[in-house]
Amino acid sequence: MLKSVGSADEQVDRVDVEAVNKKENRTLYQARIKVFPKRVSGTFRRLKWYVMALTLTIYYITPWIRWDRGPYAPDQAVLVDIPGRRFYFFFIEIWPQEFYYIAGLLIMAGVGLFLVTSTVGRAWCGYTCPQTVWVDLFLVVERAIEGDRNARIKLDKGPWTGDKITKRVSKHAIWLMIAVATGGAWIFYFADAPTLARNFVAFDAPAVAYATVGILTATTYIFGGFLREQVCTYMCPWPRIQGAMLDEDSLTVTYNDWRGEPRSRHRKSVSDGLAGDCVDCNQCVAACPMGIDIRDGQQLECITCALCIDACDSVMDKVGSPRGLISYSTLQDYNASTRDAPKHTGLSSFIRPRTFVYTALWSLVGLAMLYALLTRDRLDINVLHDRNPLAVVLSDGTVRNGYTIKILNMKAEPRTFSVSMEGLIGGSMTLSGNDAAAARSFDLDVAPDVMRSIKVYVSAPRSTLETEETGFRFVVTDKAGDETAAYDANFARANR
Amino acid sequence: MSEKEHDEFSGTETTGHEWDGIKELNSPLPRWWLWTFYATIIWGIGYMILYPAWPLIESATPGLLGWSSRAELTEEIAAARDEQRELREGIDNNPLAAIRADQDLFQFAVAGGRSAFAVNCIQCHGSGAAGDVGYPNLNDDAWLWGGTLDDIYHSIRHGIRFEDDDQTHYSEMPAFGRDELLDKDQISDVADYVLSLSGLDHDSAAAARGQAVYQQECSICHMEDGSGDRTQGAPALNDAIWLHGGDKDTIVDVVTNSRRGVMPAWGNRLDDATIKKLTIYVHALGGGEQEASNQSPEGGE
Repeated sequence: MLKSVGSADEQVDRVDVEAVNKKENRTLYQARIKVFPKRVSGTFRRLKWYVMALTLTIYYITPWIRWDRGPYAPDQAVLVDIPGRRFYFFFIEIWPQEFYYIAGLLIMAGVGLFLVTSTVGRAWCGYTCPQTVWVDLFLVVERAIEGDRNARIKLDKGPWTGDKITKRVSKHAIWLMIAVATGGAWIFYFADAPTLARNFVAFDAPAVAYATVGILTATTYIFGGFLREQVCTYMCPWPRIQGAMLDEDSLTVTYNDWRGEPRSRHRKSVSDGLAGDCVDCNQCVAACPMGIDIRDGQQLECITCALCIDACDSVMDKVGSPRGLISYSTLQDYNASTRDAPKHTGLSSFIRPRTFVYTALWSLVGLAMLYALLTRDRLDINVLHDRNPLAVVLSDGTVRNGYTIKILNMKAEPRTFSVSMEGLIGGSMTLSGNDAAAARSFDLDVAPDVMRSIKVYVSAPRSTLETEETGFRFVVTDKAGDETAAYDANFARANR
Repeated sequence: MSEKEHDEFSGTETTGHEWDGIKELNSPLPRWWLWTFYATIIWGIGYMILYPAWPLIESATPGLLGWSSRAELTEEIAAARDEQRELREGIDNNPLAAIRADQDLFQFAVAGGRSAFAVNCIQCHGSGAAGDVGYPNLNDDAWLWGGTLDDIYHSIRHGIRFEDDDQTHYSEMPAFGRDELLDKDQISDVADYVLSLSGLDHDSAAAARGQAVYQQECSICHMEDGSGDRTQGAPALNDAIWLHGGDKDTIVDVVTNSRRGVMPAWGNRLDDATIKKLTIYVHALGGGEQEASNQSPEGGE
């Protein structure tokens, strides 16, 4: 404080004002407040272990499953063959033009998400999202090395001793190993897994494989080890979308304040009826991987992993109160509940028009796809009529049209097809590059699982062409089977 | 302004912006977001150093890696050519008939021939090789100088009436009217006779008179039955194909003034492999003839 000179007091007009951006008043950037989730045990923790085991097993094992498709196709059960433009899924093989099956799957995933969210809320976020699963996995490692919540907080705040360095280095080393395995597993979906694995360790794999593993290792390590709950809160659009799809009949993790409040740490007041069941132990906050307090009500950050339910239930068991102070409950039941007349949510919340519509839509799309898949052709024909020139007059006055015929042998075996023409009386065709005499049908070998393109010249006497265009068909038939495909083509009469 | 408004529920400061009662909170940005922002700046600086970035007067700063899209393209073309090596050697080392007989070489030659055709030939023969008045349609089965692989190859390589090439196809039809070899009536009669050869509308009396003229003046090259002579590039007159037009006025004009189509010899402009591919492509357009049976077009019946 500057001691002012007496005379200056009258000369200087002091204003009581503060700069609006005075730094004490605001933080522009907020560092992450660390979360140290405490280990809990209970129903939902067990469920989450099962889901984690299942999802991780599917992810790591799937590319290694073999599936015999004969000598002309890969024997990997699930394979996205980008250079070959094929997608293999067990007994299904998809060509690029059959991509609508993937579109159908995406529609099913969308409607399925509506269904799941309208019934069990953000179950995807809480149980099956890769971010949730991998953070859970990383936490297992963290707990095993550094101990549970209190030990971790202590270690984090403590000085850098040899013990802390050892623990941190081993934790990060194991995280990195998991990250490499995660990124490494991904690439096996895109090539023959055993071959790629051999080439990968021999540094003989394509550069894109190493780049992919590198990027996915980095994202797994950073997202699972460091960013964690921030991915859900700041990066992911899913919580916003899912939040918009919930309604008052969807299950959410709910703190039943009608039963818990006013919270009190003294048992006596509960029996007096002056306090609720919440003993304010904060176990629900300590258990939360998102670092929030569920007692503040529904919030964006909550991924509904239900670990707070497990934490609270064990406390309720200990103090002898009934379980379910924090529970899966619908907003409707929560609003209707009072201490004297609690309303518990059962499976009946699933039964309502909205879920029926979603289920029906989902099944309809699924059945339609299944039907299309089971009845689809493994032989297809596409015909391109030459446009330039549309028709050619030959020296004897015969009219000739050219067609590019594409025959798709979508089976993984070599096949011989008979290509023939129906209609166009008096017409005949020749195969470009082939010296066989003109005929109305010829045989064609097509290699396994490829499209063969041929050029066919069809000729017809001008006298038989009554109109400018004459319709006829190309028919292609599998000589060994009964599969057949046809294309309705037009034959153009020359103008002169 | 001096009074900060705080959101009642969360206690967070607001920006003072309000829409329909919804106020924007001035939440601090997560710090990792800031680090990401700095990381992009560092990335950008590295990018500017390694890759072409700052525009200078004539070009841009080259960048330490020396990368350019042009060089990359050149490399990719070289790699693509390298992958085609076997096919290219196949084209170089095999005779035309063998190329046509091999399915892969045939496809490669047709594709390559189509590209070369689009660059060199469509100016006269049209993009669909359908020709125009005076420029032969290459899709049909009527050939002035022959339609076998070897014939087509020779025509492309040495050209037609291209005087700089010793082996070019050469022939010349007299201008019967201009040079006063025939008078107008005779030419008119001969035109009627030519029309009659392929069954087109004609004056029978004139055609009968013209027949004698034809046998004397025209049959040496066009043959007595009008089937033409490929060794002289004399077109068949008894078929449905007319290079310059099949009406009487055009025929009179052709007989009076003659026609003299020229095609350059491509042997000194295109390499042999390209000419081979062009040959295969043109031959595969539908009118190509087989080597052994040098069949002549059947007369218009």
